[in-house]
Amino acid sequence: MMEWNVDTNEKEMGMATAVSNNKLLEVTDLGVTFKTDEGLVRAVDGISFTAHKGKTLGIVGESGSGKSVTAQSIMRLLPNSAMIDEDSSIAFYRDSGPIEITSLDNRSQKMRELRGGDIAMIFQEPMSSFSPVYTIGNQIMEAILQHRNVSKQEAREIAIDMLDKVGIANPAVRVDQYPFELSGGMRQRAMIAVALSTRPSLLIADEPTTALDVTIQAQILELMRGLKDEFDMSIIFITHDLGVIAQVAQEIVVMYLGKAMERGTAKDVLGNPQHPYTVSLLGAIPKLGTLGGRLTPVGGDIPSPLQRPSGCPFHTRCKQKIEGVCDVDPPGITRVSDTHTVYCYLYE
Amino acid sequence: MIRFVIERFFGMFVTMFFVSIMVFIIMELPPGDYADRYAFRKFSGTGVTVTESDLDNIRAELGLDRPAYQRYFSWIGGILFRFDFGDAFAYETSVNNVLGQRLGLTLAILFSTLIITYLVAIPVGIYAAVHRHSAADYGLTIFSYLGLALPNFLLALILLYISVKYLGSSVGGLFSAEYQDAPWSIAKFVDLLKHLMVPAIVLAWSATAFQIQTVRATMSDEINKLSVTAARARGIPERRLLFKYPARLAINPVVSTMGFDVNRIFSELPIVALVLGLAELGELLIQSYLDLDMFVAGAILLLLTFIIVFMNFLSDIALSFLDPRIKLKG
Amino acid sequence: MSTINPVLDKETEEAQRYYSASQWQLVWWRFKKHRVALLGGLVLLFMFLSGLFAEFIGPYGGSTRNIEYLLGPPQIPRFWDENGFSLRPFVYGVTTERDPETLALIPITDTNVRNYIFFFIEGEPYKLLGIIESNIHLFGVQEGFVHLFGTDSLGQDLFSRVLIGTRTSLSIGVLGVLISFFLALFIGGVAGYAGGWLDYGIQRFTEIIRVIPIIPLYMGLAAAFPRDWSSTQVYFAMTLIIGLVGWPTLARRIRGQLLTLRNEDYVMAARLSGASPYRIISLHMLPAFMSYIVVDLVISFPYVILAETALSFIGLGLRPPSISWGVLLQDAQNIRAIEQAPWLFIPAAFVVVAVLAFTILGDGVRDAADPYSVH
Repeated sequence: MMEWNVDTNEKEMGMATAVSNNKLLEVTDLGVTFKTDEGLVRAVDGISFTAHKGKTLGIVGESGSGKSVTAQSIMRLLPNSAMIDEDSSIAFYRDSGPIEITSLDNRSQKMRELRGGDIAMIFQEPMSSFSPVYTIGNQIMEAILQHRNVSKQEAREIAIDMLDKVGIANPAVRVDQYPFELSGGMRQRAMIAVALSTRPSLLIADEPTTALDVTIQAQILELMRGLKDEFDMSIIFITHDLGVIAQVAQEIVVMYLGKAMERGTAKDVLGNPQHPYTVSLLGAIPKLGTLGGRLTPVGGDIPSPLQRPSGCPFHTRCKQKIEGVCDVDPPGITRVSDTHTVYCYLYE
Repeated sequence: MIRFVIERFFGMFVTMFFVSIMVFIIMELPPGDYADRYAFRKFSGTGVTVTESDLDNIRAELGLDRPAYQRYFSWIGGILFRFDFGDAFAYETSVNNVLGQRLGLTLAILFSTLIITYLVAIPVGIYAAVHRHSAADYGLTIFSYLGLALPNFLLALILLYISVKYLGSSVGGLFSAEYQDAPWSIAKFVDLLKHLMVPAIVLAWSATAFQIQTVRATMSDEINKLSVTAARARGIPERRLLFKYPARLAINPVVSTMGFDVNRIFSELPIVALVLGLAELGELLIQSYLDLDMFVAGAILLLLTFIIVFMNFLSDIALSFLDPRIKLKG
Repeated sequence: MSTINPVLDKETEEAQRYYSASQWQLVWWRFKKHRVALLGGLVLLFMFLSGLFAEFIGPYGGSTRNIEYLLGPPQIPRFWDENGFSLRPFVYGVTTERDPETLALIPITDTNVRNYIFFFIEGEPYKLLGIIESNIHLFGVQEGFVHLFGTDSLGQDLFSRVLIGTRTSLSIGVLGVLISFFLALFIGGVAGYAGGWLDYGIQRFTEIIRVIPIIPLYMGLAAAFPRDWSSTQVYFAMTLIIGLVGWPTLARRIRGQLLTLRNEDYVMAARLSGASPYRIISLHMLPAFMSYIVVDLVISFPYVILAETALSFIGLGLRPPSISWGVLLQDAQNIRAIEQAPWLFIPAAFVVVAVLAFTILGDGVRDAADPYSVH
């Protein structure tokens, strides 16, 4: 359906990882556990990654892989039943200095400044991300007034300007309309306008195109790519769709059951996949020009998070499982290259 | 929007037309007819023997010999065109005279009950939803159960008992003795407000319990909506966020069930009024049913239902202001 | 899976049992977890049984008068007093004295006389369940009398009367709910399945009924009972009007359920594959909404019981010599009565407990029957 359209920035990327002052967000050993009636659920199990300034980081995984929980941890939007591990670290590098997000109070002034100010977020369901009883303009201006020192009139002008920037026609009219008067694609554009209206340095997009149909999906991706450069921001793009990731991301984390199975630049992961899980995910995507070939789905189902498999979490579905090894102890992280790591016994 | 209001307005009259037929049927239900009761009232104990032909004369005089639909139309016509509800024979005057000031007192009780209900139920329901599974939340759940299980008239009896036994004064009635027949004055009004407190609390009891649960349920749903998370992700302070998004929507079901609340209050009013000795419509309704004074009963039933239907209309209008999806259509 | 984990194995077995269980088994398992609802159910069972065997459990007949103990306070069974301990419970004897001024008989408790309580003792003859003749009572005294809840102004034993009242009030509830249930099932079913103008008409009609305040409506219908009707006639008329007024709410729910189900994919699939309407309704639709109907039935009980109590309380429902909770509470209607004899208020406790138990039970059944609740 779509060609690999890997951004050509990966060379810079490789150098960027070496230079620490290019880091914007650094997640180290993030672990999140939910308390439920049935017991503890380990949703994220010690993952690490870095988002760099001006780049897009893609987090890819099936549902239940913990990718959304990771995003919510960064925004500190987790429900009360969730606990972040004591030794987890989420460092956000502001110009004025780094901030450790995990040590901030959920409701503190500082956290609220970060949330929506430095880091903005858009969600999967453009239909329900807006409250139905307030106008689009009201909800954009709310964010602007919260984070920027402007008057109401100025906020309104910024809102109209933002709606224009995200490609909504007649922004001066649309600003006074209610969400139900906008189509799904327009609402997602409006959501992006809300997110960018405060000029954040990081945008977290949690499956922003999943609920949209394919042509609109492509438009939104194009829009986000353009806006990223215009606003000089970074994006963490979360999706289950490797095809989408290939279009937008320079660096990729592949998640499975709360673990990062493989990490690297887009070229590393898509062009030279190492982990059997990544390989099988890529096998499940239709490719242009190979019409005759069959798609190979990833066999089996994701195990219940209540009964996490021992050892490597993927061993129950892995075709290259080593008996007595993979199902006993978790593997270590192996470096494939300077930018490329994999979590698998095959490479140890 | 205007079309919506007009539609609802006429819908109200269609409903009332059918209600008036139901009420007329109820008025016609008791055995014997108006003539029997009229004659019995007038001549019992006087030694006069009433013959069947005397009754026929009375029927002809009162127009009771006409078919039911004609009597219905003359009854409803009198109400609509002359605002005349007929005769209250037990009181030997017109129904209008009997209802008189009782209607105002009924409305006073109704509105003080509604005000107490909403002033308590909305904030408490919101609090319970925000602090789910807290001790206060569980306490409120128990209160809600009691709200249904303890009928209002029993609560009224208990309050009466407590007040007589421990406070040495009765909480019954709507006026203190010195104001009973006094002309309206500020002092009399204050006295009325004092007396309204007890019936209003008694009547608000179950309505409050019910509405707390409604508000709590809606609020709990709304808090978990993505739009709230989205607003939180914009960095909006928690308190402002709660009031602007979920709380704003948690009020909708309260507004939409306003007519239902009035219905519940009117349903419980007669018995509470009887226990507390309140001279308003509900108490009169029981009395007129017992006396088979059906014109009075019919008038009250019609009035109470009309108030409910009208409140339904008001709540529809209010809801359309609260919900832009209704406001912008039609 | 090559590793055989005993814990995992047990869990799969449990899961197996879970997936193969019938709908009602699932409901019952979930309900059992709901301790409070279970308690509510037990309380109701206890009430129904004591109502059913009222004559056996109560020491006296419902209208038997004890002129030596008019408006007498409850007698509390004791095991000991200053005269010593007794394994057999007893109540004090009562003598009467004439008030020198009013000449009324005043009961005076004599703490020196012990009337021992015996179990399975012979007493007034009665017909158990209306069939079995017997004169054995659960408990009673050989000398004097025992009135656990005291007596009313006629000297009738309140304890025995409350038990009989329990039977009357609960049975009116059951019959009333059943009548409205069958009416609702029929009318709601017709409306929901047929649709069209019939549905429209029934819908409008239920709306009219629902807008009139319900207790005044009941009162209007009850006022129409001829005054010379026997208490049995009034009893059945009461159940009938409660049933007649109660159906619209239920019918509305049944209709709504049917309309939703009609558009469900599996019902559509059954229709497309040529199943008969009878088969579709009985096999595919009924099981799906039976649980909702059961919940509605349980939830509507409290309203019915409260309606009966309220009507009888103001004298428009059952009338003496019938005995129901509402009739018993008539005696507690005026403030002077409760001030003098607060025990006349005891029937109110039964009303509250019954309504509370039904409400809690209803909540439990609803949670258990909801197929979408987390198990």
